[in-house]
Amino acid sequence: MFVITQDKIDVQAVIEAVQDPHCGGTCTFIGTVRDLTDGKKTAYLEYEAYEEMAEKMLKQIGDEVLKQFGCSHVAISHRIGRLEIGDVAVAIAVSAPHRKEAFEGCRYAIEKLKQVVPIWKKEFGEDGSYWV
Amino acid sequence: MKILCFADLGEKIGKNVEFPLETTITVRELREKLSEQYPLYQQQLQTCMVAINQTYAEEETVISPDDVVALIPPVSGG
Repeated sequence: MFVITQDKIDVQAVIEAVQDPHCGGTCTFIGTVRDLTDGKKTAYLEYEAYEEMAEKMLKQIGDEVLKQFGCSHVAISHRIGRLEIGDVAVAIAVSAPHRKEAFEGCRYAIEKLKQVVPIWKKEFGEDGSYWV
Repeated sequence: MKILCFADLGEKIGKNVEFPLETTITVRELREKLSEQYPLYQQQLQTCMVAINQTYAEEETVISPDDVVALIPPVSGG
């Protein structure tokens, strides 16, 4: 499962997508909208994506996790549109036979996502809005 | 040829920019042409990533008129 969605993310569905009797460990990363950045209050965020390319890149990151870390399954869901404080912006689940691989694969997936996937956020706060 | 622009670049020069292209052009040349057209945003046009058909391109990658080109400012997902 590699999706860009306008809808609320169903974290349980992302976790279920990587379940496998051969896997003894599932690691998740849940990214949520924070209320403070560098001491400044955020009211809400708006996410934009180059959707077709972003989904393709998520799939590519998933393939890298499987190959480089020996993980079994990867699922990534990223939400776009207007998100309020506390909303889930991204959910990643990685499963592997053992926990070490699952932790490493999950860490790699979120770091790589932040570097290469064409998604942008605009912060709306007390002193206006700006692209992060 | 249409050029897709995103985030602040999309707000500044438009999300869907028409760019006349009859033969081919490299990514480097495209940056130069766009910088002439939009001198105010030259710095961003020179530093953003460029994707061709949804794959990140190099400076010497050749663009054809039927390619889908996108200008990708620094990403901030997650």
